[in-house]
Amino acid sequence: MAAIEILGLEKTYMVGFWRKRPKRAVQPLHLTVEEGEIFGFLGPNGAGKTTTLKMLMGLVFPTSGTARILGREWTDPEIKAQIGFLPEQPYFYDYLTAHELLDYYGQLSGVPAKDRARRVGEVLQKVGLTDIRGVQLRKFSKGMLQRAGIAQAILHNPKLVFFDEPMSGLDPLGRREVRDLMEQLKQEGKTVFFSTHILSDAEALCDRVAIIHKGELRGVGAVEDLTSTVQGKVEVIWQGTQIPASMRALGAECHVTGDTVRAVLAENQQDAAIDALRRERIRLIAITPLRTSLEAYFVEKLQPSQTPSGRTVGTAV
Amino acid sequence: MSARIIHIARNTFREAVRDRVLYNLIAFALLLSGAAIFVGQISIDIERLVVINLGLTAVSLFGVVIAIFIGIGLVSKEIEKRTLYTVLSRPVRRWEFIVGKFFGLAGTLVVNAFFMAIGVFGALLYVAHKFAKPDALILVALYFIILEFLIICSLALLFSSFSSPLLSAVFAFSLFVIGSFADDLRGFAGLAHGVTRWFTTAAAYMVPNFSALNVISAVAHQQPISAQLILHNTLYALFYTATALSGAVLIFERRNLK
Amino acid sequence: MKTARQRTTVIAAACLVISAVACVLVLRHLDKIRPQATLEDALYISSPEMVKRASLGFDGLMACIYWTRTVQYFGHRHFDRAHTYNELAPLLEITTTLDPHLISAYQFGASFLAPKPPNGAGEPGRAIQLMEYGIEHNPDNWQLYYNLGFVYYTELKDFRNAAAVFERGSKVPNAHPFMKILAAQMAAHAGDFATARMLWGATYENAYEANIRQNAVEHLRAIRVDEDVTNLEAIVTQFGERTGRLPSSMSELVADQHWRGVPVDPDGNPYTLTAQGHVEVQNPDDFPFITKGTPPGHKPGPPKFHTKS
Repeated sequence: MAAIEILGLEKTYMVGFWRKRPKRAVQPLHLTVEEGEIFGFLGPNGAGKTTTLKMLMGLVFPTSGTARILGREWTDPEIKAQIGFLPEQPYFYDYLTAHELLDYYGQLSGVPAKDRARRVGEVLQKVGLTDIRGVQLRKFSKGMLQRAGIAQAILHNPKLVFFDEPMSGLDPLGRREVRDLMEQLKQEGKTVFFSTHILSDAEALCDRVAIIHKGELRGVGAVEDLTSTVQGKVEVIWQGTQIPASMRALGAECHVTGDTVRAVLAENQQDAAIDALRRERIRLIAITPLRTSLEAYFVEKLQPSQTPSGRTVGTAV
Repeated sequence: MSARIIHIARNTFREAVRDRVLYNLIAFALLLSGAAIFVGQISIDIERLVVINLGLTAVSLFGVVIAIFIGIGLVSKEIEKRTLYTVLSRPVRRWEFIVGKFFGLAGTLVVNAFFMAIGVFGALLYVAHKFAKPDALILVALYFIILEFLIICSLALLFSSFSSPLLSAVFAFSLFVIGSFADDLRGFAGLAHGVTRWFTTAAAYMVPNFSALNVISAVAHQQPISAQLILHNTLYALFYTATALSGAVLIFERRNLK
Repeated sequence: MKTARQRTTVIAAACLVISAVACVLVLRHLDKIRPQATLEDALYISSPEMVKRASLGFDGLMACIYWTRTVQYFGHRHFDRAHTYNELAPLLEITTTLDPHLISAYQFGASFLAPKPPNGAGEPGRAIQLMEYGIEHNPDNWQLYYNLGFVYYTELKDFRNAAAVFERGSKVPNAHPFMKILAAQMAAHAGDFATARMLWGATYENAYEANIRQNAVEHLRAIRVDEDVTNLEAIVTQFGERTGRLPSSMSELVADQHWRGVPVDPDGNPYTLTAQGHVEVQNPDDFPFITKGTPPGHKPGPPKFHTKS
């Protein structure tokens, strides 16, 4: 069973003061997320990621389209017991302590009273929030708040969790911990759907990603598959400080470091590069294929492209 | 379902308490004690009158001010601060949220009024040295004041569901003032003609009728309150509150939380 | 299949409508239970100074509110043929303390504080106090002198003071010319119908408030009847002196005097002649203020106003 099926969700806002004009935040979106995978929802700021998440959560009402979550209609309130949500830059009732907050959320999620205290303790342990008994949330640092946010999302042991920019505001150590946590959730058989604009995280974690830009889906698929469609690069290192003209002609980026030169050029020019070096009798030290980054794919997908109708997409309707 | 409403209500109450709202009781206590002592000293045979009038008016005013200031932020603050997102991502229905908030706020005010009532009776005992049987009427006046609170809470919540805190405060306070003069509004309506008459009559019906709920003077003069009045005021307060809350639910159900 | 949200919307909307309707119904019931409550409530603070202090500076608005209550109070009680109007003087005093320039209030006081119940509160002393207060705060308003003189004339029959007041009033810049005339009339012909007619005519012309005007209309009608009856009875007496007996009927008198028709009252109903030689109106209840032309032993009924209520 698919964990999430988005069937044409669309959101158009009316903006403007006097004469309202429609602004499409999210174009009709079709997306499926399988159970047990970590799915990344990528896009630059303002792409519509948060709007999509809010539509799924029932915080924003779509202009059209539906969705199914864990096989049920996305508006079914009972579904909420099975999902967890971490909003972007979460803010909680700051007059409560973390324990009180989680206890309250546990009550609302229907966690039975006898399990609540134990569960709260477990979850706080998991996210690394210790020694915070009696400390009101208003005194928490950004990183601590983020952890508390994750804690409330997984408190009731949901099958599916939604994270909106989970790494925001965290230092590298914190980010590593969150990544580990997400892996752990996957181990436990949960599905993780998270949105981010930090590609390296997505690359490291995700089984599949989707890229959204200006409200439109630009690409979906497994990370390896996507990156393989983009032309790879190779790194060529040779002895000396000379840069043959023929190399430059191939469009190589060359850097001189000490007594070697390092050049990066397209994969399909690898043979031409080797020939060029041999002609000049320059000693080749190494040729290494560079792992194509998701970034390249991302940037490519973000270019305004022509639709079949010939109109340029990516502009506001 | 009902359990969630209770949880939300308790949390709302907890928020009010931690927000140091109950400190107003200190101001109230000071005011009342000061008045009681002053009146006790000058002893001009209207001590009872002053203490009851002043005490009950203060209970009413303090309560309304608190109701408005907390009530206006009940929904709008949560939306602004985005604390609402994590709540609504749980199996909480939007209408349960509104109802829970209402009971939390109403509960806060009732507790507040309870302590203030003790203060009023205490001050009365101090100046009059004993209770008389008609003093039980003070409880009726207090009951009516609590009914007032229910109405004001529901209105503040209604405005909070769609309006900014500042505007909500203005609306709620205006309705309180106009509602206190509801009988005069009726009088104006009676004297008007044509379209104006229609408008003022409609307004007179829509505005909460706090004149009917204000029996402070009567109680101070130890006049009895008819059971009919108590019954009808209760019904009126319940129906008015239900109307305002239904409105709040309807608005909140369709609100996009950006 | 209805979503939960649609269900909630329908239920909430139904709840809203039902509660709102129930509200209105209960409110109507409440109004019936407590019809006079406001007005007595209004007077729990019967000291004008206290009210002024309680108004927190919004004197003008409170004056308007109290003025409205005053008019309503009098109207309700008058309609119910009340015997007491205890709150009228305090209400007027509060209104004028809050706004000493509310001229209508003084006019109202002059018309309705002084006369005896059920036409007024029967407190001419307080009416005079109110007028003097008004004059003190509005020395350039000649109408207030008029109102004061009016009270002396109509209720107290104190023609000397009335004359003095009209004289004072005539000295105010822009005073109506008739003030001087009234002063003179008071001195010499206080009891004349012409004077009374002038006075009530002036009230009618200068009143802002509907009740006061109606009241003046009734008095003018009554003056007409009194005048007619006086004249008719004088003619009857002359007839008696001439013929040694009283006329047997009105028709005989009409024939004797060569009148064109039977004399009629302001409503067009003919006057009747009794065996004792008294002239009477057909419907005494239609003329609340007449002093002549009523059958002996007639008790005045509820006051009736002839313009719309």
